[in-house]
Amino acid sequence: MLRFLLGRLAVLIPTFIGVSIIAFSFIRLLPGDPVALLSGERVMSPERHAEITHQLGFDRPLPIQYLDYIGGVLTGDFGTSIVTKRPILDQFFSLFPATLELSFCAIIIAVVIGIPAGIFAAMKRGSFFDQSVMGVALVGYSMPIFWWGLLLIILFAGILQWTPVSGRISLMYFFPPVTGFMLIDSLLSGQSGAFKSAVSHLILPSIVLSTIPLAVIARQTRSAMLEVLGEDYVRTARAKGLSTFRVIGIHSLRNAMIPVVTTIGLQVGVLMAGAILTETIFSWPGIGKWMVDSVFRRDYAVIQGGLLLIAAIIMVVNLVVDLLYGLINPRIRH
Amino acid sequence: MNRKLTLAAALLAATVMGGAANAKTFVYCSEGSPEGFDPGMYTAGTTFDAAAHTVYNRLLEFKPGTTETEPGLAESWEISDDGLEYTFKIRQGVKFQTTDFFTPSRDLNADDVVFSFDRQLNSNNPWNQYVAGASWEYANGMGFPALIKSVEKVDDYTVKITLNQPEAPFLANLAMPFMSIVSKEYSDKLEADGKKELMNQQPLGTGPFAFVAYQQDAVIRYKANPDYWGGKQKIDDLVFAITTDAAVRYQKLKAGECHLMPFPNAADVEAMKADPNLKVMEQEGLNIAYLAYNTTQAPFDKVEVRKALNMAINKKAIVDAVFQGAATEAKNPIPPTMWSYNDAIKDDAYDPDAAKKMLEEAGVKDLSMKVWAMPVSRPYMLNARRAAELIQSDFAKIGVKVEVVSYEWAEYLDRSKAKDRDGAVILGWTGDNGDPDNFLHTLLGCDAVGGNNRAQWCNEEFNDLVVKAKATTDQAERVKLYEQAQEVFKREAPWATLDHSLSVVPMRKEVEGFHQSPLGDFAFEGVDLVE
Repeated sequence: MLRFLLGRLAVLIPTFIGVSIIAFSFIRLLPGDPVALLSGERVMSPERHAEITHQLGFDRPLPIQYLDYIGGVLTGDFGTSIVTKRPILDQFFSLFPATLELSFCAIIIAVVIGIPAGIFAAMKRGSFFDQSVMGVALVGYSMPIFWWGLLLIILFAGILQWTPVSGRISLMYFFPPVTGFMLIDSLLSGQSGAFKSAVSHLILPSIVLSTIPLAVIARQTRSAMLEVLGEDYVRTARAKGLSTFRVIGIHSLRNAMIPVVTTIGLQVGVLMAGAILTETIFSWPGIGKWMVDSVFRRDYAVIQGGLLLIAAIIMVVNLVVDLLYGLINPRIRH
Repeated sequence: MNRKLTLAAALLAATVMGGAANAKTFVYCSEGSPEGFDPGMYTAGTTFDAAAHTVYNRLLEFKPGTTETEPGLAESWEISDDGLEYTFKIRQGVKFQTTDFFTPSRDLNADDVVFSFDRQLNSNNPWNQYVAGASWEYANGMGFPALIKSVEKVDDYTVKITLNQPEAPFLANLAMPFMSIVSKEYSDKLEADGKKELMNQQPLGTGPFAFVAYQQDAVIRYKANPDYWGGKQKIDDLVFAITTDAAVRYQKLKAGECHLMPFPNAADVEAMKADPNLKVMEQEGLNIAYLAYNTTQAPFDKVEVRKALNMAINKKAIVDAVFQGAATEAKNPIPPTMWSYNDAIKDDAYDPDAAKKMLEEAGVKDLSMKVWAMPVSRPYMLNARRAAELIQSDFAKIGVKVEVVSYEWAEYLDRSKAKDRDGAVILGWTGDNGDPDNFLHTLLGCDAVGGNNRAQWCNEEFNDLVVKAKATTDQAERVKLYEQAQEVFKREAPWATLDHSLSVVPMRKEVEGFHQSPLGDFAFEGVDLVE
């Protein structure tokens, strides 16, 4: 087990270096000069331009800039935002809980609905239920998030007024963040109604963000179940006269879960990508919105720092998923 | 004693509870996060709305709803005859805000004013580089380092500023957000505590609203400053709810989650006007969108060619298609809300036949040209590609072939400056200080060629007029000079002036006392909510 873990960690290091090089060089390959953008339509004098370029260190050779950057990262210094002039790590940690909270709720919705839907669809293969579930899943998977989010806002917040339009909590509640997770902080604040308000603000963005993972998980569960349901041991179990519940719940599901867990693990990347759009629509102050804003502002430091941190999170989650296999299937216990 | 205490407690409770019950909170759905809270360091309107117009004041202020200046923290001023020395009398008894993070021990005085200039202009000031990469972009952009010779304290309430050359727009520049007056005492304390960076995170000034808290990318909270020299505000709390998507802002406004929003989608404006819970303010923005020919390249060096092309553009079609009517056709390079706007000038009428003939007479045949379309939406030009396509079809009617090109935004700004640029560029400008100099000299002056002067147009007659106007402090004289300059501009046609966009501000019915600013500011001093 330890050897496996060390082996996986050894792979992580070159992956991380690779990601850092891509993050670093990619944004520099893009056309557009971040220094010139600082002044917009107002033209900056060439001397002023040179001065700021120098201040920001953009006039040094790229390899030196890179080494300098990586040196900083290794000591926990991800640099300072060109625009806000605040340390990137500070901003990341103050915004990340919002994204985590949203992603967590989204993945819960996706799993709680997606897995049972996939199981029932597999059990009733070819039925009307099966076809509707798979049809809805395909639509969900193909839907542009931006449009879907706006549609839900207009219907549920605008016309029906069941939920608030956007934000994390009603503006009437004001308390300093403790954990950064609004659900927890609202309870800690002791203000009545705060928790309810936080939940109501979470509903629409969670649904929007869960849509794609939900579709993927449902489809994956269905196909994994179909495969398992055709196995000899399932027929044997049925022949023994076991209840459907035991056949499905114990014998089939556990075996079908391995590809499903992999899929759920892979959804972390999808959630991060989805968070970018979802957070932007719902004015959700998380890292997705932060990255979008930074791209528009050409804030190199934030884009590369943010990319690196997000990549690190995805890598760690994948590692955890690998370790989880062992818990589900003893045969691949490391 | 005991009874007194009880009474006091009861009174206090009553005040607090009464206050809570009646507390008026004004919510503004702002369009983005401020870059920071030190207005000196930034150039974005979003940042100025959040930092400058709430927390701070300036020596001069723009009169609400106009581009004219009025006394702010400076009660009065005198200008020497040679236009070089400005002596400001500082208003007495102005209190800095008392907040959770700082309690001032003294009123505003000349030290604060001198410090506010020095930190931006003097690279040896310990505050000049208080955060990495602080660049004081506006002070540099307005030429302050070269313009200002010295800023001296004469006595506690008098400051003298000496210039290197006379500059008429100087007073208007002092009313701009970047010249907000900060507290020297607060700065000293932050310096002593080793927490200078808080200057950009917890601002403290003399303005109508005191900063309370900022949750990044989500909410900014202010409370009315009870000691405000301009009188206490009618609202108790001011909240900026950051909402980047215009469609979502509209939904929030409809649901009553905010009282006022900036920058609606043009397509939503009709529905907003029809909504009984909302009202909509409209005003021509302090902006211009133009198509700048490269006047140094043949055949665009000929006035007749430029005139002919201008006559071929159907501006009304552009205003309708791009702005759904929320803009006006432009005939002058400055907007009608700006003083010295020459309304006597007649625009070149839209006349494709005459244009075609004129082009033939100029000896131009089979002309192909490039039209540059900005890749981004700006207030003065929401969709440059659409406008470029309309121009393309207009020019096709007079036999001119157009290729529409575009580049990434920073690249676009950079490449369009080139003196030998190929093609005409769609671009625009939003005024900074309400002074015509900021349009006419900045965009069309000879020293802006290769820079802001995208037409690469250096006309001696025009340039003399605007340079003279810049050095004259006599307002009536300046008006005359600028009116003449606009005539020269129209005759020489270095640009096709396209439009001035309307700035549209939707708000809830109960909002009172909001002044729409021609400068594009969203300032909430004096607003009220009346049920």
